[in-house]
Amino acid sequence: MEDLRESTIHVAYIISAVLFIIGLKRLSAPATARQGNQLAIAAMVIAFLVTLIDREIVTYWAIIIGTLIGGGIGLYLARAVQMTAMPQLVALFNGMGGGTAAVIAVGEFIKFARDGEVAVGEALAVSFGVTVGCIAFTGSLVAGGKLHELLPSGAIRSPIQMPVSILLLLGVVATWVVLVGFDGGNTTVWAMFAIALILGVALVIPIGGGDMPVVVALLNSMTGLAAAAAGFVLDNQILVIAGALVGASGMLLTILMSRAMNRPLSNVFFGAFGAAGASGATADAEAKPIRETTPDDAAVMLGYAQSVIIVPGYGLAVAQAQHAIRELADELDKRNVTVRYAIHPVAGRMPGHMNVLLAEANVPYDQLFEMEQINSEFQRTDVVLVVGANDVVNPAARSDTSSPIYGMPILNADQAQSIIVMKRSMKPGFAGIENELFHLDKTRMLFGDAKDTLAEVIGSVKAV
Amino acid sequence: MSLEFVLAVYVFLLTVFLGIELINRVPATLHTPLMSATNAIHGIVLIGAMLVAGAADTTLLHILGLVGVILGAGNAVGGFAVTDRMLEMFKKKPVEGQ
Repeated sequence: MEDLRESTIHVAYIISAVLFIIGLKRLSAPATARQGNQLAIAAMVIAFLVTLIDREIVTYWAIIIGTLIGGGIGLYLARAVQMTAMPQLVALFNGMGGGTAAVIAVGEFIKFARDGEVAVGEALAVSFGVTVGCIAFTGSLVAGGKLHELLPSGAIRSPIQMPVSILLLLGVVATWVVLVGFDGGNTTVWAMFAIALILGVALVIPIGGGDMPVVVALLNSMTGLAAAAAGFVLDNQILVIAGALVGASGMLLTILMSRAMNRPLSNVFFGAFGAAGASGATADAEAKPIRETTPDDAAVMLGYAQSVIIVPGYGLAVAQAQHAIRELADELDKRNVTVRYAIHPVAGRMPGHMNVLLAEANVPYDQLFEMEQINSEFQRTDVVLVVGANDVVNPAARSDTSSPIYGMPILNADQAQSIIVMKRSMKPGFAGIENELFHLDKTRMLFGDAKDTLAEVIGSVKAV
Repeated sequence: MSLEFVLAVYVFLLTVFLGIELINRVPATLHTPLMSATNAIHGIVLIGAMLVAGAADTTLLHILGLVGVILGAGNAVGGFAVTDRMLEMFKKKPVEGQ
């Protein structure tokens, strides 16, 4: 009977692994993405159910209670959260996964140590699982806190930052050496646990809010590797396979994202985003003139234009103005104005975030253009309507070598005939940098809540 | 090092290459959903936590197991649910053009 039980588990794990792989493949194409996610869910359910019959498991109360509590919280958050807050939710879930991997590694180590000597391979896997899991746990919580603006979103820096991080890193290395090389006991593993938790905070705190998506992507990959390490500790192949898949694809995704933002990974972690930024630029910005406009005037500009490009940004999403912007586009369409949307790779908070938000408002897919497709069109466009976007249209990225965002690919909104910028206030963007686009002669500022202001503009467009 | 451990290292290495190949050509539109989905997939640690919790024989191990299961279940269930919610929005538009 035990043989049958073992075989069932192995076969089920193999099926689960295949489903994870096919699911991930499907997830990388738009037409099959949702199906891919469902295959991955099936893989997870199979692995979960079959693990229940594992003969190692003798008590069920913790599994049942824990799954109900954790699953309930996860499901509630996934359903209740606004789409705009999605990046921080992913960060939170990622942190939970990292914490799990660390806790597993500690738990198994305690058992190993009690039952006899710990082999080198296992000790290494435990060390990796604990360290990376803990860093992913607290790092993700800090990243999520910054994205949710519970913590200051800017780069928090102090002169002791670097020495402290290095000291913590050395501390972790020391616990590794003791644990792997000198048969360190439970105290060592707990010390490693504690130091790695603090290290996670220390590593992410100094990174600016604008870089958080890349950080979350990297931490996601790290949690995958920590899960694989937990698989080594437990001799469990499905953990190794799923963890390695996430570790690898997450790392590639991190590189793709940092490329889209033109932020090499080394810059994200050691660069001076924000540190060099705000100071000089913001100070002399007060003096520069801006030209304000009214919803009526904006409606006239838009209504009599031949072509309009809408540049949606995070501000649009915050104001929940996706539906209003679509209504405006429909209204303009009726007047035979060509309306297109220019989507910057990192519009919103992460690559693809804005597409999700606009899809929610049923914006036609064929009106959405990626940066490379539309950037040459701006100079032939009458009006560009920038709604709650800032850094992605900042010409400083092209021209000002001293700007912290220099080199980031931007939308060439400044090349249009005229520009209308809808913003709540003159507050600088997420990167905390002044934007000279707002001070151009052909730029008109339209201040106020995006949703309310758009409603007024729509009313006026109908009237003109 | 046991043979099992060494074999697991091979499995790990091959899967790493596979993971990179699988998502090599993903369009930027899918970066966010894909990150969310991979985030859910590492919720597989739930299985590891179940093994710790189910085999626990001391109070400390019970606590570690329970914490692990709670966090892991949150990661897996929440991660997949939010990914599905995100991808649901993609269905209405003509994706054939992509």
